[in-house]
Order: sequence, then C-alpha cells, then structure tokens
Amino acid sequence: MTGVRVLVGTRKGAFTLTADGSRRDWTIEGPHFGGWQVYHMAGSPADPDRIYAAPSIEWSGQIIQRSDDGGKTWTTVGNDFTYATPTTDHLWYDGTPRPWEFKRIWHLEPSRTDPDTVYAGGEDAALFVTRDGGQTWTELPALREHPTGPTWQPGAGGLCLHTIILDPTNADRIYVAISAAGAFRSDDGGASWQAINKGLRSGEIPDADAEAGHCVHRLALHPSRPETLYMQKHWDVMRSDDAGGQWREVSGNLPSDFGFPIAVHAHEPETIYVVPITSDTTHYPPEGKLRVYRSRTGGDEWEPLTTGLPQSHCYVNVLRDAMAVDTLDECGIYFGTTGGQVYCSPDGGDTWTAIVRDLPPVLSVEVQTLP
Amino acid sequence: MNTRDSDERDGPTYRQVRVVLPAHLKTLANVTGEVRLEVPEPVTQDGVLTAVEQRYPMLLGTIRDRHTRKRRAFIRFYACEQDLSNEPPDAPLPEPVAAGVEPYIVLGAMAGG
Repeated sequence: MTGVRVLVGTRKGAFTLTADGSRRDWTIEGPHFGGWQVYHMAGSPADPDRIYAAPSIEWSGQIIQRSDDGGKTWTTVGNDFTYATPTTDHLWYDGTPRPWEFKRIWHLEPSRTDPDTVYAGGEDAALFVTRDGGQTWTELPALREHPTGPTWQPGAGGLCLHTIILDPTNADRIYVAISAAGAFRSDDGGASWQAINKGLRSGEIPDADAEAGHCVHRLALHPSRPETLYMQKHWDVMRSDDAGGQWREVSGNLPSDFGFPIAVHAHEPETIYVVPITSDTTHYPPEGKLRVYRSRTGGDEWEPLTTGLPQSHCYVNVLRDAMAVDTLDECGIYFGTTGGQVYCSPDGGDTWTAIVRDLPPVLSVEVQTLP
Repeated sequence: MNTRDSDERDGPTYRQVRVVLPAHLKTLANVTGEVRLEVPEPVTQDGVLTAVEQRYPMLLGTIRDRHTRKRRAFIRFYACEQDLSNEPPDAPLPEPVAAGVEPYIVLGAMAGG
C-alpha cells in the first residue's frame, strides 16, 4: 500500500487530497468544477484511476464527470437521467400528491469489479445505472414502483436516494436508503425490492413502525459480515444482523443519537463510528464539542474521540456522505465538515489532524487506498 | 453576415451568430469569451441553442431540457437589451443578432443575496 487519495465534494467544487501511507503530508488539488456543488465523487474499486463525480448547479442542473487518470483530467459524460417508466406521484411536504421530478444525483456507487458500471442515487428518489462508463444511464424502476412509493415524502433535504451498498459477496444484492422513505433491499440486481425497516421506531411519523416513511440518514456494512448493517437514522443508531430483516437500537450512551454519517473500521467489523449532532433543528455538535464516537462492540457502548478535534465553540455539521475509511493496515478515518475542514485520523480515531481547514462546505468525503 | 451563399448550393443559408455563455458553462465547454456559431436561417433561439449543443455536446441539458427543449428555470436569454427568455423558441431573433452585430446572451438568473 503506497498511499491514499481523498475525494472531497464541496458546495463549490471538488478537491483531491493525496498522501503516502503515513498520512502526514498532504497534496491538495482543486477546485475541480469550481462553482459547481459536488454532492459526491467515487473511485472505481476495480481501477483506482477511474473516478466519477456528480457536479450540479442550480442554473444548469446535473452533469457527470469522469476521470481516467486519477483526477488529473476530467471528461463530461452523460447526464440524461430519465425515469424509465411513467411516474406516478409521491407525497409533497404538505401531504399533497407530487409527480416525480429529477433534480440531482446524490451518490455514485461504482461496481466492485467493472470500472464502467456505476449505480447512481437520485432525487426524486430513483436508482440509475450505467454500464458504459457514464455515457448512458438507465433507471432501475422497480424501486420507485415499490408499493409504498406513493407514500414517500421528502426529508428536509429532498426525496433523495443517498446510500447505495453493493453486497461484496452477492452480486445480486443491493441495499439503498432514501430520505424519508427508509431502507430497501434487492436480491435480484434491482429487479425487485423489499422494504427493510422492521424495528425502526420513528417518532416523527404517525405510525412509528410503518413499513416506509423512516428518515434513514446512512447505512454502512463491513465486507466480511455482509449480513450486518449499521444505520444512522434521523434519531437513533441502529443495527441489523439479518440483512435488514430486523433492526435494534444501539445508541447506548451517545450524548445524542441524532446524526448523519456512520462508518465501519476497515479491519474490525464491530468497530463503528458516528458523529453525534445535537438535534434535527440544531445541526451542530452537542456542547459545541466536535466528537467522533467509536464503539468497539458494534454499538451500545461508545467512547468519545476528541484528540485534535475542537472542543469548544464548534458549530459545524458532518453530512451523511462525508465520512470514509481507508484500508491501510492501520485504518484511517476521514470526515469533512460544513465549516470546510477535512479531518484525518491515521490511527483508527485515536488522534485527529485537519488536512485542510478552509474549503467550501463539505458535502462528501470518499477515500481511495492506492496500490 | 451570410457565411454561405444559398444560390451556389442546396440547403439553408447560414448566418454567423455571436453567443455569450455564463461562466459556469464556459468552464464546462472549455471556452473563453464569446463563441461564434453558424446558424441556419431564419435565425431563431432554437436554432442558436441547437448549434450550441451540437458544437459543445457537454452542454446538453444544461441550458434547456434535452427532451422537451424547455428552458431551464434559472436560465435567461437576452439580446439587444431585451429579455427573450419567454419568447417563442422558433420566432426569428432580432436582425442585429442574426447579423452577428449583437450577441445572443445565455446567463444564469440572479441568485444569492
């Protein structure tokens, strides 16, 4: 392992941060696509030089950029995200029916084996796939056509499909999460979907145990235990050990169980990380202290990680796609804030340093471990 | 100016039109300053935008919907000190635009505060 490349999407462009395995000295490049909001960037596990980015801008909508040289140069590829079948309605904020309308891409998930295949999560919630390196995109409409679809209602950020997990051991299994519809699983490559929300209790909706309507913020899984899923929900940190069949709360002693990202250590499947945020109306850390919380027991028991993080007057947020881990022998943890800082811990969370402090608000952080 | 003489060949007569793109689309298209495009007569907004999209396919969908050709909500079209954003796309543009004297301006609507 020679190093890492951190892909940072921000409100006004994208940046790449590279370092060797020590993760002490960083080279910062960017902004790429200056002025465009980059909700997400992702590198292909099958070809680290292949990177996809999803810039959008209010005036001109969504574009997709592809790099074939590790982010040095970029090419505009396809941006035709057309719903495959006639759309019905979902619910708008006021409870009235609203036709599906494409707004932007929130998340890109490249195939583990094919650099030309990428899944993309959209707003209004839909799952698209390209199999030609981003030139053309096709919707997998069965998700949007799920029987609960007409009841889906946007969260504060929109009706967004923000999480896509491709099961590392089963090519037909895909997990997605939608705000505010919940989590869904396909066992046939996206041809059909089932809601996997049993055990989620959401006080924000009329029926706390409803099949759909839950504001799931993020899902994470460890490749060695693909049946175990972790979830940061609007409120509550949750865990499932049967591929989403049933969830249980593992918030334990967290100072707040509201938050956005959740991540799993690269080598320890029971070690997980969250960033507690005060509440849904107060999007900053409790007590003005930026603390990552780590559980080495798969939840319930949590410890604050504070060394190197601001412990007073800190009022940033960490968004759902803005935390990632590398796979170096000593696992590195990364997260970006709405204040423009990107932090790295090269020792599994024990100590933190800011790689960069003054970027535009960070929307997403991904890391590539370079061979 | 006429750039091809319709008396000498079949097909439409083309005019050279000056187009100004907003900064974020100049970056995307890798251009600086104005672009000059040949547009068939009669020179219309649809004709100008089609020429833009043919020369710079990376701009497809960023100015108008690629299927309905409807202007994106936050894009505006100006020329000769007029707002043409809501004019019919197949209406002839003012002669100074068709003649390349005045530019056809694509810009983002005012936003921010």
